[in-house]
Amino acid sequence: MTSMSTAAARKPVRWSRVALHLGCLAALLVMLYPLAWLLATSLKPADEVIASLDLLPSHLEWSNYRTAFGGVNDVSVWRLLSNSLLIAGGAVLGNVISCSLAAYAFARLRFRFRGPMFAFMIATIMLPHHAILIPQYIIFNQLGLVNTYWPLILPKFLATEAFFVFLIVQFMRGLPRELEEAARIDGCGPFRSFFQIVLPLTRPALITTAIFTFIWTWNDFFTQLIYLFDPDKFTLTLALRSFVDASSQSAFGPMFAMSVIALLPIVLFFLAFQRFLVEGMASSGLKG
Amino acid sequence: MTTTTAIPAGKKRAPAATPKRHPKREREGAAWVFLSPWVLGASVLTLLPMAVSLYLSFTDYNLFDPPHWVGLRNYTQMFTEDPRYWRSVLTTVTYVVIAVPLQLALALLVALALKSMKRGKAFYRSAFYAPSLLGASMSIALVWRAVFNDGGTVDNLFGTGGWVNRPGWALLAVALLTVWQFGAPMVIFLAGLQQIPAELYEAAAVDGAGRWRQFVSVTVPMLSPVLFFNLVLQTIQAFQVFTPAFAVSAGKGGPADSTLVYTMYLYDRGFVASHMGYASAMAWVLLLVIGVVTAVLFRTSRSWVFYASEGDR
Repeated sequence: MTSMSTAAARKPVRWSRVALHLGCLAALLVMLYPLAWLLATSLKPADEVIASLDLLPSHLEWSNYRTAFGGVNDVSVWRLLSNSLLIAGGAVLGNVISCSLAAYAFARLRFRFRGPMFAFMIATIMLPHHAILIPQYIIFNQLGLVNTYWPLILPKFLATEAFFVFLIVQFMRGLPRELEEAARIDGCGPFRSFFQIVLPLTRPALITTAIFTFIWTWNDFFTQLIYLFDPDKFTLTLALRSFVDASSQSAFGPMFAMSVIALLPIVLFFLAFQRFLVEGMASSGLKG
Repeated sequence: MTTTTAIPAGKKRAPAATPKRHPKREREGAAWVFLSPWVLGASVLTLLPMAVSLYLSFTDYNLFDPPHWVGLRNYTQMFTEDPRYWRSVLTTVTYVVIAVPLQLALALLVALALKSMKRGKAFYRSAFYAPSLLGASMSIALVWRAVFNDGGTVDNLFGTGGWVNRPGWALLAVALLTVWQFGAPMVIFLAGLQQIPAELYEAAAVDGAGRWRQFVSVTVPMLSPVLFFNLVLQTIQAFQVFTPAFAVSAGKGGPADSTLVYTMYLYDRGFVASHMGYASAMAWVLLLVIGVVTAVLFRTSRSWVFYASEGDR
């Protein structure tokens, strides 16, 4: 009887499945349109950029990329790229080290004021950046560090991104305590226990932290806008901003060629680590 | 947020049950070593700046001359003499009210669609999530400006002109960029949906509940903590929107200040006009408003957020 009812139920279900897939594909096409537009426009000749609905250019205008690689304000793309990489790399290193250290203390060690400090750490996830931005700027200004990369990298070495501390804490809480307890009985102190037992097991959370830090730092605009002035210290994001003011049509192709270059590392990261990214996102909100 | 903060509170009890005097004290020292970067960052780069920005909000400060105490003047000026301030408040609230519900509704809809899928789920999940990472970039913000400009795709398709140049429409273009990034809350919804035990649906079906009834009586209550988490997170983030508004309006908040969001006006006052005291006052009002909105959300959540664990334990 059961087999008959499922066989009867299968046909309408299958049609609704098809409709579901068609709906999702249609939604995806709309969603991916801006990306296709970006890629197409970066290869269009100047006169086809505006007033044409066609995605495909009449011929591929590779000179847009040549112009883009020439750079902005006499600074080459390679320079901008290495500036971006330096900042994002420094941020990744800083966040992974400092956040995992703090997370281990919160997740596994006892100390005074642990409760209130943990509550404060959680609260800073919600703290708007702007509430601390101006004094931070003044501090870095007094130290003579404005227009250097220190204000962009140093805070990451001090675990200021509480979101990641929290993410790693949640992950570490899920690890079996018995491993460390056994190690402790064997005379293993908290430092060896951290480096040799907990840290290797925490690798998924650390990878998530690293990837998100990279992408968020790479995309960051506001902090870079405030702290960096010299065109040769600019990141790709800031260089793109120079195009914002000069809205001449002839620069349209090169501007979007540059946009593609700036987006490429994120796309590559996404393709390489999408499983970590999606799962990291899902677990950061839910895991306990 | 409750889903997550509620759990540590519960787990705290376990370790306290293993009292060991000596190792404990030894570990206390180690703990502070592990904590030292965080303690330094939290005090010097978070707590101290909060206090300083509170102090600066009562002063006139241009970064070069010493701060000059003006009492509540920044605040009174803001609330009574600065129409652009109120403009930025209205713009931001409008943006939050448009973008957040639309984004969450779309996220939930797609998550529900993907939930029952057997084939292709992983592919769709990743594909819909991609804009959440790319959308925060200046590159995409520039695409948005061109697509919604005069002669851009939207103009060509719908004949509504360039939204970017029309005061009533420019903010909608900014909001749509946020809505486009519904993938992050969607992934969280999907994870939440998958944690709902299948038995609940089976039991409801046995009781004669149809699809809609199952959605209302099983899915919504079981998903409410996740919905609440997404709502709080996206609302807090939306209040701080900056990059898309900056790009769409070429850094000016136009046309006619229609995309002058709060943080952009804060940037303009502090870093363009060098009124750091005024910008600090704005920052503190933002902090308070976000605090109040979060508190209100938490308060109202008691009536609609359902925690399964409360019933179990």
